[in-house]
Amino acid sequence: MPNDIAKGPATPGCEKVDPILVANNVRRQFGGNVAVDVEHVEIPRGKITALIGPNGAGKTTFFNLLTGFDQPNSGEWSFDGKNLAGVAAYKVSRMGMVRTFQLTKSLNMLTVMENMRLGAQKQPGESLLRALFKPLWRKNEDTITITASELLSRFKLDAKADDFAASLSGGQRKLLEMARALMTKPKLVMLDEPMAGVNPALTQSLLEHIKGLKAEGMTVLFVEHDMHMVRNISDWVIVMAEGKIVAEGPPNEVMKNPAVIDAYLGAHHDSDLGADKIAKGN
Amino acid sequence: MDIIFGNAVDWLFQPITAAYALAAIGIALHFGFTGLLNFGQAVFMAVGAYGFSISVKVLHFGFWPSVLVALIASVIMAFILGIPTLRLRSDYLAIVTIAAAEVFRFIVSTTSAQPITGGPQGLNEYSNEFWAMNPIPAGHYKFWVWDYTQDDIFARAVSWGLVIGFAILLAILVRSPWGRVIKGIREDEDAVRSLGKNVYSYKMQSLVVGGLMGTVAGIIFVLPTSVQPGNYGTTLTFFIWTILLLGGASTVLGSIVGAMIFWSLLSLTSDLLSAGVDNGVITFISQNQIGDIRFMLVGIGLMLLVIFRPQGIFGNKKELYFNA
Ligand SMILES: Nc1ncnc2c1ncn2[C@@H]1O[C@H](COP(=O)(O)OP(=O)(O)OP(=O)(O)O)[C@@H](O)[C@H]1O
Ligand SMILES: [Mg+2]
Repeated sequence: MPNDIAKGPATPGCEKVDPILVANNVRRQFGGNVAVDVEHVEIPRGKITALIGPNGAGKTTFFNLLTGFDQPNSGEWSFDGKNLAGVAAYKVSRMGMVRTFQLTKSLNMLTVMENMRLGAQKQPGESLLRALFKPLWRKNEDTITITASELLSRFKLDAKADDFAASLSGGQRKLLEMARALMTKPKLVMLDEPMAGVNPALTQSLLEHIKGLKAEGMTVLFVEHDMHMVRNISDWVIVMAEGKIVAEGPPNEVMKNPAVIDAYLGAHHDSDLGADKIAKGN
Repeated sequence: MDIIFGNAVDWLFQPITAAYALAAIGIALHFGFTGLLNFGQAVFMAVGAYGFSISVKVLHFGFWPSVLVALIASVIMAFILGIPTLRLRSDYLAIVTIAAAEVFRFIVSTTSAQPITGGPQGLNEYSNEFWAMNPIPAGHYKFWVWDYTQDDIFARAVSWGLVIGFAILLAILVRSPWGRVIKGIREDEDAVRSLGKNVYSYKMQSLVVGGLMGTVAGIIFVLPTSVQPGNYGTTLTFFIWTILLLGGASTVLGSIVGAMIFWSLLSLTSDLLSAGVDNGVITFISQNQIGDIRFMLVGIGLMLLVIFRPQGIFGNKKELYFNA
């Protein structure tokens, strides 16, 4: 299948036509265990890219490194042409690259609405001195609240707006975290297992939301174990195993790649990964 | 009996009570709203007491410049404590603050520091300019069992005016977007970081502002009395924490009411015990044991409070359900 994403053939670490994120030789070791060892990878702009791989492949660690939450032993990477190595996590987020966490981080003793408002950027009332003078930030707060309400109803959380985030279910917290990340108006959204624990009825509409983000011009990079979702919404799939990128390509082709089946199923070569998992999803 | 209750009520409004209330408001900001474990509020109070009194006595500064010196010293202290620790886990700040308070106390009370800090004797008579500002005509003002001088009333008015002012400041801050960020940090600082907030800077701001409250409290604490190095031990910090938890950590009013209850209960228990001993009702303790026993009784009272109302008097019960 021809594609407009990669410049050449879809090999691991291949160059993209229009990359938004480029990483080189990013390596992270925990003691003797090399968690991430990515020679080269590019994330295509304006597309939905899935990052898949077995448990412990290094996907979350790679996310942490890229977003400044962890420091690599070596390597460099750039976002939108700007070098990001050594840049603090909050600055990465301000540049438009926002991530969610595999272990959901809802701010429990804030209400759902306050969680959302916290995601907003450029609220002057967040400065200590201006905070004292409400007229300086009330208007921004009103605008923020409108945006937040819209997002909350999109994610079916509007009824919960005034409840403590602690009262949400696990799946609802996932949704809240994603909605909150969108409050920052990012260029690149990085979602670490956004569907884990979200019920199937909502999964379908979430998939639509994620496609909607692409339609709005955002780039999405997500980690997911649910092959149905990967196949359904991603334009491109990157496969990690033991810290390395082992395969890349459009979803249909990647699922048939022996290297991928190998990475996922180890010795059980006889069972076909794609068909098996996807059948379950459908 | 009137006198006993009169004393207890008097303690509600003593400048010392105000000082404890204000210091507790400071750690309400640190701990209750930002999640910072400051176990050295005593050092901020000591910086206030010594910064102010040394400026007056040794440097011969006026009242206001001396207050300014104390406030600047407080900000510097917050940076010294915060810069190495606020990037680390919260326990590190706890260890460093507790140590800093003790180190500070040892330094000021050494005899070699006597020319500046007064050494073990401390300092006194630095408040003349403060009393001179008193607009209340000299005399004795009597109500019920109380008999106040113009200075007593002035000290109470100024102290409580400051407490109310800072309480309002804190209330405004925690309801603002700034307050939202620090509350977010209390819940999960990585989440707040992922939303583009400079967590380190916010923690530092909180440490500085809460520390300044401690410093002003330290000045209130010594204005009507004297500076005694022995007062700035860990007991001071733990009483302030007791007051904070008594009233409710994530509240503004809690610290004020907590301080009032704490001090008037102390006064009440010791006066009642003392009266009991005098009248022969209580025979198994002597007068000079009362000072210790009242703290035991207050301790038991606080334990009961923590068991039956763990969120503090003003705290929100829901917060505990969710944290459990
Ligand atoms: N803080 C840490 N200290 C030590 N080892 C770690 C740490 N974090 C991750 N690792 C190790 O790094 C490897 C990669 O972990 P990572 O969490 O990135 O995997 P993952 O691909 O996200 O897996 P999953 O799909 O289960 O979430 C694992 O072997 C893990 O044990
Ligand atoms: Mg993971």
